[in-house]
Amino acid sequence: MIFCKNQLLVAFVSLALSSSYSTAQQPLVVQAKKVITATGQTIENGTVVCVDGKIKAIGKTGEVSIPEKAAIMQSEVAMPGMIDVRSCAGLSGILNVDHDSDHLESSSPLQPELRAIDAYNPREELVEYIRSFGVTTIHTGHAPGELMSGQTLIAKTIGNSIEEALIVEGRAIAATLAEASSKSGKSSPGTRGKQMAMLRTLFIEAQELQAKIDAKANPKPAEKSDADGSKQSDKDIDKEKKPEPVARNLRLEAVMQVLAGKKALLITADRAQDIASAIRLAEEFKIKIWLDSAADAHLMIPQIKAAGICVLLHPSMARASGEKENQSFLTASKLQAAQIPFAIQGGFEAYVPKVRVVLFEAAIAASHGLSHDAAIESITISPARILGIQNRVGSLEVGKDADLALYDGDPLEYTTHCVGVIINGKVVSTTKR
Amino acid sequence: MNTRRKFLASATAAVSGSAFGSSLFARQASSNGDESPKKTTVTAWVNATLLPVDKPPISGGAIVVQDGKIQAIGASANVAIPAGATIVDAKGKWIMPGLICTHSHIGGAGAADGSGPIQPGVRVMDSINVRDSGFRRALAGGLTTLNIMPGSGHLISGQTVYCKLRYYEASPRIVDEILIRDKNGAPVGGLKMANGTNSQGDSPFPGTRGKSAYLVREQYIKAREYQAKVVAANGDVSKLPPRDLHLESLVEAMQGKRIVHHHTHRHDDIMTVIRLSQEFGFQTVLHHVSEGWKVAKEIADAKMPCSIIVLDSPGGKVEAKDMTFSNGRVLDEAGVKVAFHTDDWITDSRLFMRSAALAVRAGMNRDKAIAGLTLAGAEMLGLSDRIGSLTVGKDADFAILTGDPLSVYTHVLETWVEGQKAFDLSKPDDQLYAEGGVNAGSDIDPFLCCFAPAWQGGAK
Repeated sequence: MIFCKNQLLVAFVSLALSSSYSTAQQPLVVQAKKVITATGQTIENGTVVCVDGKIKAIGKTGEVSIPEKAAIMQSEVAMPGMIDVRSCAGLSGILNVDHDSDHLESSSPLQPELRAIDAYNPREELVEYIRSFGVTTIHTGHAPGELMSGQTLIAKTIGNSIEEALIVEGRAIAATLAEASSKSGKSSPGTRGKQMAMLRTLFIEAQELQAKIDAKANPKPAEKSDADGSKQSDKDIDKEKKPEPVARNLRLEAVMQVLAGKKALLITADRAQDIASAIRLAEEFKIKIWLDSAADAHLMIPQIKAAGICVLLHPSMARASGEKENQSFLTASKLQAAQIPFAIQGGFEAYVPKVRVVLFEAAIAASHGLSHDAAIESITISPARILGIQNRVGSLEVGKDADLALYDGDPLEYTTHCVGVIINGKVVSTTKR
Repeated sequence: MNTRRKFLASATAAVSGSAFGSSLFARQASSNGDESPKKTTVTAWVNATLLPVDKPPISGGAIVVQDGKIQAIGASANVAIPAGATIVDAKGKWIMPGLICTHSHIGGAGAADGSGPIQPGVRVMDSINVRDSGFRRALAGGLTTLNIMPGSGHLISGQTVYCKLRYYEASPRIVDEILIRDKNGAPVGGLKMANGTNSQGDSPFPGTRGKSAYLVREQYIKAREYQAKVVAANGDVSKLPPRDLHLESLVEAMQGKRIVHHHTHRHDDIMTVIRLSQEFGFQTVLHHVSEGWKVAKEIADAKMPCSIIVLDSPGGKVEAKDMTFSNGRVLDEAGVKVAFHTDDWITDSRLFMRSAALAVRAGMNRDKAIAGLTLAGAEMLGLSDRIGSLTVGKDADFAILTGDPLSVYTHVLETWVEGQKAFDLSKPDDQLYAEGGVNAGSDIDPFLCCFAPAWQGGAK
């Protein structure tokens, strides 16, 4: 089992979903010739029992007791609902016009204060589209293209409002080290060196603000001493000792959360030198980073491994041009061989296909050296672990959310269909896809 | 082949005046300068699963290739293998015709510029970079023939060109080496047109669909009048109108000498293409056709073939929001001839077979889907007498696969063009293009006949 170094346990998992399912649901039973659990053995002729949105039992068909009045669904293959570890769906929409494009704010290169929760459209058609292939959870948010474009969130691919869908708000801040975040003319950043200088400056400002806040909260004893020793009422003392609050600064507060390990810094970096810069930044500020896209990752295996960094790998079918010109279909298998934690992403696409389906991307990796098991893990339990939501989703285990994807054959094969999608124990799609 | 040799000979002559021309072209002179075939090579692949496309699949099949053509095909037991033939045991492997992409942009090709929306006289042939690594990646996907097109940002963006991927051991250096020629030696190609939103813009580009159609009609009417003058002149030079390359190109389209490859997405735009094609009598292939499924019957009634694109998701622009994997199935079931295309770099040529597989996923007939990668495309380029199926007498263009072309786990092992191997997965160079990695996206190194670059030791 592979974990990132200093993997954070996400303690701020929202319980937003639980309220929606307070009323008892009809139990749902899934029976499949093959149940891929993603963490344990694949079960031949398996049964998964879903009660009140959670997996109540799992095992061989016949050995698991089925609740009364349960609805029964049957398929060839059942596996955990997939997780897209890096998407912009819901902020970036199907029409690709101003009306449905909220993934990138270009008024300033550094805007970590922008929250995905204020922009995510849970009813976006692209979200429904990827769900119909079995994607049940997405880590989505601001896109690559600005030095620091904004925050991300984790949601289920359901819900009429973000509140219904939300798993984690503000999971990471998205940054980009690439030509894409450079500006032309006299605007900054105009070079790779300037990009790093601006990021470092921002983190130092956040450190200084944090120090100021800490100092106010814990004033030094010398400052507390009363020079003239005159008698004061308790109330007066309180009044005098209460420090002026430090002025709020949304931008630096967001960065402070990265410094405090409460958010990850997701850094889109394809070129080897940008990957090296990302690692340097992580080491300087002792922050948790995720390497996003990372087309040159296959050239940087020892460095990534040594830094203990997770990779949110570009879609296998991302175009091999521009900064991704060195990308390889073999990268996933090389990361796996080096035991570097990684997940395969749907990513951001500026034109077409407007959204990518991680199932298809993992399949291409599976035909290029990645084992079938590892390919499934790269879109289920691996992204769950990277995102820190592995106690809730990513595998078929008792106690986890009942999120399943059903297929009429090998899920990775081109001509197989997704025949059912279940989220929180409810069937959300039966369209044959 | 003969015409190609003739051309190459003339190309050699044309540059022989330059200081290094003779050494650069020595390779061509030696391999092509001699009119008689240097050696008759016969190769037979036996025990393969063959997908001839024009006939049902053959398990345990044999295919014999001689002088760049398919000499025989059938069940191994029924095929007489000529004495002296090289015999390759292809047990477990599948052999299918080389894939034909009816719509590709490999080579960084451009034609019309920003000066106006209608420029039919501009040739994409004059802008192709034959060293684009995309050609080698296409071979890695089993492709052997491309229709290289200019873009869709114009109503008429220029002349397309049909190319064979003759990337043998030494890669082509000039575009002429990859052109497909007619029996008179002239390169063959079509005419690219577009409607919908891509070809709209600020003046002089049209701002609406109505204006788009008007501008096109106006030009075709001009071309008709131009042609009438040419006919009326009856060879009398004094009466001929001044030559107009743009109008000539449109005349060729109306005469059926140049197939119109028409970018179109929305159902009403598709109907506009049909209307204009019928008014001016040009032969049209509908390309992309995202909403073809909404007017499948009308397309079938107009007997208009569709070259479709399959994308992983709909959208990206408004007129592609209703794109679906089912398009191929619906069109085919309505009686429309369907081929697929890559639109490379929109989709990656290495994964071209996947387009057909996803159509089958959505219910398209399997044989029709495989034909959509091969024979249907050949028909849409007017080349089905030469390519598109494993048929005796056709060019020996084929791909050798590890298995079923519609499986994600299948790999292309070899791609053969006109009887010569142009891709071999077992070679590290070719593997790089198949799998990606450092330099996989760089231009192909030029083949230098008699000397190496200085850093590799200089002259040999």
